[in-house]
Amino acid sequence: MVPVSDDARPVVEVTGATVRFLAETALDGVDFRMFPGEVHSLMGENGAGKSTLIKGLTGALRLDAGDIVLDGEPVHFGSPADAQRAGIRTVYQEIDLLPNLSVAENILLGREPRRWGAIDWKAMRREAAAVLGELGLDVDPASTLSSHSLAIQQLIAIARAISADVKVLVLDEPTSSLDLDEVAELFRVIRELKERGVAILFVSHFLDQVYEICDRVTVLRGGKLVGEYLTRELLRIDLVQKMLGRSADELVVRPRSEPVESGEEAMLDVRGLGRGRLEGVDLVLAEGEVLGLAGLLGSGRTEVARLLTGIDRPDDGTIALDGVVISPRNPRRAIGYGLTYSSENRRTEGIIGELTVRENITLALQAQRGIFRRMRHSRQKELAASWIEALGIRPSSTEQLAGTLSGGNQQKVLLARLLALAPRILVLDEPTRGIDIGAKVEVQRLVGELADNGMSVVFISAELEEVLRVSSRITLLRDGRAVATLQSDALTVDSLLAMIAQPDDGE
Amino acid sequence: MKRILKNRLFWPVLALVALIVINTIARPSFISITVQGGQLYGPLIDILRNSAPLMLVALGMTIVIATRGIDLSVGAVMAVSGAVALTIIEGSSDPNGLGTVLVAIVVGVLVALVLGVWNGFLVAVVGIQPIIATLVLMLAGRGIALLITGGFITTINSEPYKFMAQGYVLGLPFALYVSMAAVVVVALLERRTALGVLTEAVGINPEASRLAGVRSRGIIWGAYAASGLLAGLAGILYSSNIMAADANAAGLYIELDAILAVVLGGTSLMGGKFSLAGTVVGVFTIQTLKSTITFLGVPPAVSPLFLAIVVVIVVLVQSPRLRSVLARASQALRPRNSSPQGGSEVAS
Repeated sequence: MVPVSDDARPVVEVTGATVRFLAETALDGVDFRMFPGEVHSLMGENGAGKSTLIKGLTGALRLDAGDIVLDGEPVHFGSPADAQRAGIRTVYQEIDLLPNLSVAENILLGREPRRWGAIDWKAMRREAAAVLGELGLDVDPASTLSSHSLAIQQLIAIARAISADVKVLVLDEPTSSLDLDEVAELFRVIRELKERGVAILFVSHFLDQVYEICDRVTVLRGGKLVGEYLTRELLRIDLVQKMLGRSADELVVRPRSEPVESGEEAMLDVRGLGRGRLEGVDLVLAEGEVLGLAGLLGSGRTEVARLLTGIDRPDDGTIALDGVVISPRNPRRAIGYGLTYSSENRRTEGIIGELTVRENITLALQAQRGIFRRMRHSRQKELAASWIEALGIRPSSTEQLAGTLSGGNQQKVLLARLLALAPRILVLDEPTRGIDIGAKVEVQRLVGELADNGMSVVFISAELEEVLRVSSRITLLRDGRAVATLQSDALTVDSLLAMIAQPDDGE
Repeated sequence: MKRILKNRLFWPVLALVALIVINTIARPSFISITVQGGQLYGPLIDILRNSAPLMLVALGMTIVIATRGIDLSVGAVMAVSGAVALTIIEGSSDPNGLGTVLVAIVVGVLVALVLGVWNGFLVAVVGIQPIIATLVLMLAGRGIALLITGGFITTINSEPYKFMAQGYVLGLPFALYVSMAAVVVVALLERRTALGVLTEAVGINPEASRLAGVRSRGIIWGAYAASGLLAGLAGILYSSNIMAADANAAGLYIELDAILAVVLGGTSLMGGKFSLAGTVVGVFTIQTLKSTITFLGVPPAVSPLFLAIVVVIVVLVQSPRLRSVLARASQALRPRNSSPQGGSEVAS
């Protein structure tokens, strides 16, 4: 931990930052500062003003009022390029690199070393290798970017950001698509940068990670500053309360402990499901039950979900619904059986960004009805409006483009699309990833309510605590096999972790 | 006024009107319409008539582009359908019989439909990139047409066939009825059924659409089939206009005009949201431009350059970014009027 005394000078200080969009004030007189060599987290619900403040700080947006002082000098950023020149660099959630270029080209994009006007490829690889070396990354600079995993690409994006003279590094949701090992690797790199005196702004919805890596937290709510705190002095429950502005008791979702007799009365009975690395997976799901799938990334969680809902076709195994073997060969057919899937990749496999909320919500139902039985516009509007109200989607306009909504609201639109089908089984793959705590609690609560009303849910999440809280039983996956199915009452996060981490000795 | 300005069709229509005004100023006879024997004549009527093949092709192109694709083969498909129809009429004992001509037209259009289905198969089933998949037929199609005509330019004399492009009904060219009927049918099919919104969904995000249970493959396939069918009909009109099947000249570069018309109409080449009304305006704009060239007596040698310059201007006028830059520049020139409102306008 870096000691930050009160007389140390902040590397960047924002005072009275105000941003208005038409009538709405997105940011209202917010003060914010960062010290060299600290990891600072900006916390708040969606709509709290986090991204607006970040955009103001990185030059993507002009402040209507307020000042930014960098290294004691007042600065004005007209564009992201201005901010970059001044030493404020950003790594975005969606990696903005060029997949078909080499690692070295990506790292040095726009400032390639030149010799006689042409690019000096040797120097380029050398420089890139040096930057990668500094971060302790063992990556061949000449390899193609797309040949690396998402996690490595993320680290390469950081390498690109820090290879210039960087004072402030903004990491926007850097861990949302990484697994545990990869997060550890990222944190190692962050600590490395901290040692070098870089101020790092770390934005994440994962509280665990914030507590693990951050020295200081600034909390925003409704566009206003709530306060700045040292992480070690702020209790977790207090942080959540400050973010939400409501009492902490409301946040606790009642654990579901409904007894389910597995076996004979199973509604969905899956035997020996296999495809690729996935082998012999058995699953049983009763009516009105929430079954959690737990396991590491790559254990086969998503693969199982995709096979169940016809996204991919299984090589082996049978799926029986109400005792009858069915073959959901494509998503359309699966939906016909009442099997629906919400993808973990909201943007690429979920939302149709340039269509309206109304069109997104009615899409699956319309597809099921067929081209010639078009739903009347008034009916579409009615249906969309009722789901918007039921799930609390904001803004509550049916004609808003879905792509402009926040992550949590996009997730709700997706859920509404599936629920409009009146499905029997809902397979939710990471439904709370990358959405703020308030929306997360709402989604968890909704899952409970749906199950109470007789819907069966398969719930996948990387957050064990969440899986435990929401599910009544949990099937544990390891390396493409279902290794155990347990009542969640009998489990704790620690015992679940221990089982996941257990090496495969039986085989 | 603001609502008119925000309408997607405002700039395309403005470009078209501007072109007509410029022509009229240069030569007032441009908007004159004369009646001879109950039939309307004049430069504007010619534009309506001559735009028919491009209209048909551009309609199909709009649907294909909405699925994030492109169809480069339309010109070649036109050549094939014309060649098929004329070969049938030439070989028949009764070239002036209505039956013969109907069979020729139907067979010609059906062959074009088959070619469209082939394109759709390559794109939707095999998964070849649209530009490559349709390039195959763009090159091979003219070869097929030459094969059908035996390497000659088939010419015929057939009054019913001639009527397709040159006949008049109720004072207006028959070809105009054909193209307007196509516009109405396509518009009804896309907007009165759910096809339009599902097509847009597939064009914006194919995988998300598939997961939502949309028959993405069928919709993409259908778009290419429709494009082939409409191109086939365009080929009939074209060959009827010159009463010859010229495999090398029929529909030459029409794919580029069609793409241009779609883009002028405000449909993005990235797929997704599409505007059929925009395409109609775009087609009329391009046809007016072509008439302008002949009307103003631009020397044929430099006409492509003239066309290119005008297109660049039209596209620039429609560019939102250029317009906002110009708006900011004009605001900077009037410092007294620049107020905080400027910021909010940019934000909106």
